[in-house]
Amino acid sequence: MREITYAEAAIEAIGEEMEKDDKIFYMGEDVGRFGGSYGTTKGLWERFGDDRVKDTPMSEAAIVGYGLGAAITGMRPVVEIMFVDLLCLAMDQIVNQVAKIHYMFGGKAKVPLVIRVPFGGLRRAAGQHSQHLEAWFLHTPGLKIVVPSDPYHVKGLLKTAIRENNPVMCLEHILLYQIRGGVPEGDYTLPIGKAQIKREGKDVTVVSYSLMLHRCLSVAEKLHKQGIEVEVIDLGSLHPLDMETVVASVKKTNRVAIVHQACLTGGVGAEVGIRITEAAFDYLDAPVKRIAARDVPVPFSPVLEDFVVPTEERIEGEIKGML
Amino acid sequence: MKLDKQLLLDMYGRMLRIRKFELKVEELHLRGILPGLKHLYIGEEAVAVGVTFNLREDDYIGSTHRGHGHLIAKGGDVKIIMAELYGKKTGYCKGKGGSMHIADINIGILGANGIVAANIPIVGGAALSAKLRGTDQVAVSFFGDGGANEGMFHEGVNLASVWKLPAIFICENNQYAISTSQSKATAIPNIADRAKSYGIPGFTVDGMDVLAVYEITGEAVARAREGKGPTLVECKTYRFKGHYVGEGSRELSYRSREELKKCQEKCPIQKFKWTLTKEGILTEGLAEKINRQIDKELEEAIKFAEESPYPSPEDALEDLFFEEET
Ligand SMILES: Cc1ncc(C[n+]2csc(CCOP(=O)(O)OP(=O)(O)O)c2C)c(N)n1
Ligand SMILES: [Mg+2]
Repeated sequence: MREITYAEAAIEAIGEEMEKDDKIFYMGEDVGRFGGSYGTTKGLWERFGDDRVKDTPMSEAAIVGYGLGAAITGMRPVVEIMFVDLLCLAMDQIVNQVAKIHYMFGGKAKVPLVIRVPFGGLRRAAGQHSQHLEAWFLHTPGLKIVVPSDPYHVKGLLKTAIRENNPVMCLEHILLYQIRGGVPEGDYTLPIGKAQIKREGKDVTVVSYSLMLHRCLSVAEKLHKQGIEVEVIDLGSLHPLDMETVVASVKKTNRVAIVHQACLTGGVGAEVGIRITEAAFDYLDAPVKRIAARDVPVPFSPVLEDFVVPTEERIEGEIKGML
Repeated sequence: MKLDKQLLLDMYGRMLRIRKFELKVEELHLRGILPGLKHLYIGEEAVAVGVTFNLREDDYIGSTHRGHGHLIAKGGDVKIIMAELYGKKTGYCKGKGGSMHIADINIGILGANGIVAANIPIVGGAALSAKLRGTDQVAVSFFGDGGANEGMFHEGVNLASVWKLPAIFICENNQYAISTSQSKATAIPNIADRAKSYGIPGFTVDGMDVLAVYEITGEAVARAREGKGPTLVECKTYRFKGHYVGEGSRELSYRSREELKKCQEKCPIQKFKWTLTKEGILTEGLAEKINRQIDKELEEAIKFAEESPYPSPEDALEDLFFEEET
């Protein structure tokens, strides 16, 4: 299979869908001729023009609100917010409007809206440009959330998201945009809410997503050389959560850690962890472990950020401590 | 306007210090020495200097992601700013904030800010506080043409107007928000025209002319101190470098080489230097002396930053909450 970057795979998904359906349009800050701050839309403006690839003023609440208004009146917008941190400025639209309209209207309005959100720390960008806020959206019924970890998944999941008649947030770690991976040419979709077993193992299950998944896979390889077999699961979606895959794995390995770059308290790990205890308590030989960023804003200095975010060494040490 | 010679020379020196500081930052970043994101103020020095030279040390400013110029203009210590950019323990934020969060509450710098337009309501709050405490302090918000399209601009300016707060809103219109030109983002040519809708005075001024900025904001500051409420001042300026250090040739997707060249010819520092020379206030010898003095200061700042220790990793866990001393 040919290899392309994560950013290219995402653009391919959007471009192919836009070719097929002229109800789809794209909007956000600097997504037009500039091609997106991280190249998230490179080449789309040249293909589809101003009407379908729209640069907006700096107005995050309007970006999401306009997306919602267009979605419930017959269009299929894909909107982009430059960093998840900036979604804070659009929280009313997302939490009070986008997530609830279908339900509050008694099922009478469809919301085919995709919100694409680059995010992620380890870029030395400090407290307001490094956050991992995904758990907030997990705590907001009515939103589907995907967190693709590689080029193959971002293409397949974005296509599904664009065809969905429900709001989907696609959280894309900025440090993944340049990674390369095999991606089929042409059309394929991947289901939202399906986790992937990335590596099989019998000793312990490690559940992760997005950038941290890559750290977990690298740790699994190191532990393999030490005779420890780690089963690594990529959640792929945070809502719905594919607990079936996770629980089946835990029943096999009897030990589980959840690893994420978001801070510990109230994070995805807490939700996944409690669901594991509810479904497989009798199978657990050790308490469910969460390996997460420390509970502080993300600091700037590399020495500080590397202490806050789980490193491979920390993940490795914590996993060994469970055995 | 008849101004004191020393004041004029100080303004010139301050602008040059900002310029040279930013050039150093660019160089250190491109050499891989400074981590993180940096947005340079080069080309816009006349705005920060023209505005802050009307302020007292106890007045407040709220700054932006493009904040180094504001901080230096308000009296921030280049050594401590530099140490912060290096991520060192001796920096303004002990390495926790970096370029976009530098603050010095003691001299009224309420922080650079990574969220565009977020300082507008915060500055409004500082102005409210000054009024409630019965002082004659004023508070200045700097924000860009892009920032003026955020809801926080509208909410912040409107409230300051209704409550007649001692605030000055300085729109640094450098004509772009990253790649988006102002003409694509607003249907009016002058952002200051919005002042009318808030019932406050609004002025558009040449932001490449430090004396013009100084004069207009001087009036705005005086009005604020006298309890007559806020003013919106739009300074037309231009950013000479990419949106952030490392943007490279991507800027050519939204502005042409010709445009860049034409605008760079209006360098605010060169322009001011000519004026001062023509008036006989600045001589070549004096200019050289100021230049050397700044070079020395910057060398010392870099030396200080380089020799300073990094924080220890566990320091990351400190400062989450204010702890009462026991
Ligand atoms: C609320 C918000 N939206 C988007 C961004 C991303 N961003 C950072 S700077 C910038 C452009 C700012 O333009 P302007 O306000 O004109 O200031 P300038 O950079 O030109 O000084 C953008 C879009 C941000 N930091 N905050
Ligand atoms: Mg601007």
